[in-house]
Order: sequence, then structure tokens, then C-alpha cells
Amino acid sequence: MNFQAVKSIYIYEMSRTARTLFQSVVSPVVSTSLYFVVFGAAIGSRIQSVEGVSYGSFIVPGLIMLTLLQQAVSNGSFGIYFPKFTGTIYELLSAPVSFFEVILGYVGAAATKAIMIGLIILATSYLFVDMTILHPFWMLFFLLVTAFTFALLGFIIGIWADNFEKLQLVPLLVITPLVFLGGSFYSISMLPEGWQTVAMFNPVVYLVSGFRWAFFGYSDVDPLISVAMIGVFFAIMVGAIWWIFKTGYHLRT
Amino acid sequence: MNAIVSVQNLSKTYAGGFQALKSVSLDIKEGEIIALLGPNGAGKTTLISTICGITTPSSGTVTVGGLDIQKDYRETRKLIGLVPQELTVETFETVTATVRMSRGLFGYKPDDAYIEKVLKSLSLWDKKDTQIRALSGGMKRRVLIAKALSHQPRVLFLDEPTAGVDVELRKDMWNIVRELRDDGVTIILTTHYIEEAEEIADRVGVINHGEILLVEDKAELMKKLGQKTLEIDLQEPASVIPDSLSKYQLQLSESGEKLTYTYDTNADRTGITALLTDLGKAGLVMKDLATSQSSLEDIFVNLVKEDA
Repeated sequence: MNFQAVKSIYIYEMSRTARTLFQSVVSPVVSTSLYFVVFGAAIGSRIQSVEGVSYGSFIVPGLIMLTLLQQAVSNGSFGIYFPKFTGTIYELLSAPVSFFEVILGYVGAAATKAIMIGLIILATSYLFVDMTILHPFWMLFFLLVTAFTFALLGFIIGIWADNFEKLQLVPLLVITPLVFLGGSFYSISMLPEGWQTVAMFNPVVYLVSGFRWAFFGYSDVDPLISVAMIGVFFAIMVGAIWWIFKTGYHLRT
Repeated sequence: MNAIVSVQNLSKTYAGGFQALKSVSLDIKEGEIIALLGPNGAGKTTLISTICGITTPSSGTVTVGGLDIQKDYRETRKLIGLVPQELTVETFETVTATVRMSRGLFGYKPDDAYIEKVLKSLSLWDKKDTQIRALSGGMKRRVLIAKALSHQPRVLFLDEPTAGVDVELRKDMWNIVRELRDDGVTIILTTHYIEEAEEIADRVGVINHGEILLVEDKAELMKKLGQKTLEIDLQEPASVIPDSLSKYQLQLSESGEKLTYTYDTNADRTGITALLTDLGKAGLVMKDLATSQSSLEDIFVNLVKEDA
């Protein structure tokens, strides 16, 4: 195991984050604050509470999930796409590193950054609402596993993409709609019956629901199912990456 | 012979069906500088990329330091440093950060003293905190060399190190290569400049259409290069070469109007003066004369032409 390489990739990626600290950290905080103003204040004044939780608090887990997924995917994809784009990937391919070490370095850094931003948003939300987290361990569990899973998805997108447009395609056209339709800002039970069934095909529903359960003890689906689902996504991502490295897809000729 | 890199029957066919390497075999001796000479698209970069692990071979084997590049990739890759042809650098990083990252990638703990030594030897020390994007092309090339040397490799691959580099910098580069060789690093460089191969290589390999056409000691090649020919046009055609000129091993053209004399420029005496004197004594009158030299370029062009 080449720990030194994992460490190098990780530090290198994190220093990229440090270099772009302003856009990395400040922009998600600003956009989250906007969500609080728009959803929490404007809409929340008409909804009051959902399942006994004030609407302002109710949307916090969804907001964190929204940013967590976007950040994990975009960091994960950019980290590996950029060396491919500039050509510096040659070094990674000629270094004594296994695919596991490469992923640990890149995905670890992407997930770390997403988690950091998730926690910053959580802290920011305390400026707007007052709440207690019922199951802090499970809250962190969902935060961590979701960040890693979607950083892996980002990594796959980064390897698949051969131009900047493709890099943006999945986050914009797939991730964001799924998060918005995944009950970030409402409870699935508020939907008409037919749409409730459709919503069950949206993987993000399980993430948001489980995460919200960790906060308030209330969920759209059984938290155990949420845990199982995120395990399944994680396994799918690992499988896909294993295949990529085995075949050299878009990496080795 | 002590081969540090051994390539046996290596073939590579890309997914599109293009065969870049056709059963290439090549042994690289420890401590030598070998230049792989060939036109663009000859397969030079594919050969290097395969040895370094960037390209997967279709068949054949490669060993580095006696170890298989696929089975023992962790050990073999540690022995190798690669300076790619393109100036692929981390634009926004500083020189030191990028070299340190390279060292870590190869599994070595940070060693600032060693990195300082490398940067100084490449005249990069005063640029150590500069972002790479602010460097000139020649400096970027040096950064790539520093990265490749960051893990103290025993074998260094330089893919077209002086392509698009001005004369001054090219000479600097040659000096760097010689110093590295003096430190015991084996160097494989690709080039399409014959002058470069002549200048620094111990051995020269000519590659074209994915095949190695020739691998020879440069000294041997130079000996061939030392051969010059003197062509003498005669005023009156001769039917036979006079006996008095037999010791010069002249060749007479079919028309009898031209004599060809081959001599070695490296010899103490070329024999030209004596020949010309004896020529007059034998009653042959010269109309014109010309000398010509077979250069590495001629050999190269002929090889590549035959191969086409």
C-alpha cells in the first residue's frame, strides 16, 4: 500500500480547495442563506410546520443534502477531469499506485470538502432556526457515506467526460432535479398519491429521508431502508470504478 | 551485457486497429544514453508509454531491473522517471509543490534537501515559489525533468526533450542529460533531430512504422559516417584503370568518364594528394572533382525509405 501517494494526492487536492477558498466556501453559504430567505421566510410563513417540525428547520437536512450532493459530485469529477484535460494524468498512470490508492486520494479529498461545506451550512442554519439533532451519530453517518458515494459518482463522471460540457451535464440535468424532487423542501407525504409512488424511484428520497430522520426522528421511508439504499449506491459506484480501472476505460490506451 | 530495460517482442495495436509497435525487441544497457530516432508517428512515444505503464501492451514482455512491468509494476515504476513530450504541467501550482507531489506519488517521503538539489541542478531554484503558468516554455520543460527526477529514478525517459527548444536551451539540455548519465542514470531519449543523437547518444536506434530498423553504437555509426567518396570526372573516357593506380581501389563508371575513390576521413592520410599525383603520371586528365559524405541522415533516410 502506497500511503505516501494517497497522502500526496489528498494534500494536493485539498490545497486546490484552499486556493479557491472564497468560491468553494463562501458561495455555498450565500446560496444556502438565500434558500432560507426564500423557502424558510416566504413560503415557511404559509406552511408553518411539517409533522410537528417548523418548516424552517424541516428544510435544513434537505438543504445540506442538496449542497452535499452537488459539491461531492463536482469536486469528485473536477479532481480527476482536470489532469486528464491538461495531460498531467500521465504521471498518475506511470506512478506505482493502485486504483484503490488513486480513489482514496481523490475521492477522499472531494468528500472531505463536501462534508466541510455541509457542516458549514449546518452551522449557518443555526443563524436562522433553532433545532436539536436527535441522532447525531446517524446524522454524521449519512453525511459521510453520502459524501463518499457521490464523490465516487463524480469521479466516474470525471473519467467519462471528455469535455467541460459533459462534466456539467450530469450535475445539472440529473443531480439537481433529483434533489429538488427528492423531498428536500417538502415531505413526500404532501404529494398526490400517484406521485408518491413515482418519488420512490428517486434515490435521493432515501438519502434526504434518512438524513431528516437523524435530525427530527421523522422520515418518509423507514431509516433502515435508507441505510440499505445508500449501501446499494455505494456498492454500485465501487463496482463501476473497479470496472473502469480493470479495463482502463478512458484512462489507459 | 547488463540490460536494465529489456523489451521482448512488444506489440501494440490500438483500439482503432492501428498497429503502433510490431514485435519490438530492445535491450537498454545500464548507464548508457540511447537515442531512439524516427520520424513522427514512428512509434517512439508508444514504446516509451508502454514501458512506463501508460499504455497497455497487446503482447510481448518488458522488464525493468529484471522485474516485469505489469506483474511488479510498483517496483518497476519506482525505477523509472518520465519526461513527456507535451508541456503538461499543473498550471496553478508552484514549482516546489508540484515536484513534492510527484515524489509523494512514487511513494517517497518529502525530502526538501533532495528537491533543493534537483531544482538547483536544473537552474530552477530561484523559481521555486513561482506558479508554473508564469514560467517560459524552457523552464516548464525543466519542471517536467525535476518532477521525473523527484523520486531518484535509475532510468529516465525523455520524449523529444528538445522539440521546439532554441539552440541555447538545447545545449543546456544536453549538458543536463550528460550530468545525469555521470550520476549513473540510464537515459533513453527520443528525437527526430539527428544532430541530437550524434551529439549525446552512446547508442542510436532507428525506429519507423513500429519497427526497430537498427540499433548500433554511435562510434560504429560514426565510423561509417567517416567514409567519404571522391568522384573524379575525366577529360577523356578511360577503358581500364591503369595498373599504377591499382593500390587505390578505384571504381570506374561504365562510360569510363568517372573514377570513384573511397577514403576514411579519420585515417592519418586520406591518400588524396598521392592519388592526384599518380593520376597525372598515369596520363589521365581531370575535368572536375567532387567529394561527398554519407551522414547519419543519409543512413537514416535510406533506412526509412527502404522501410516505406
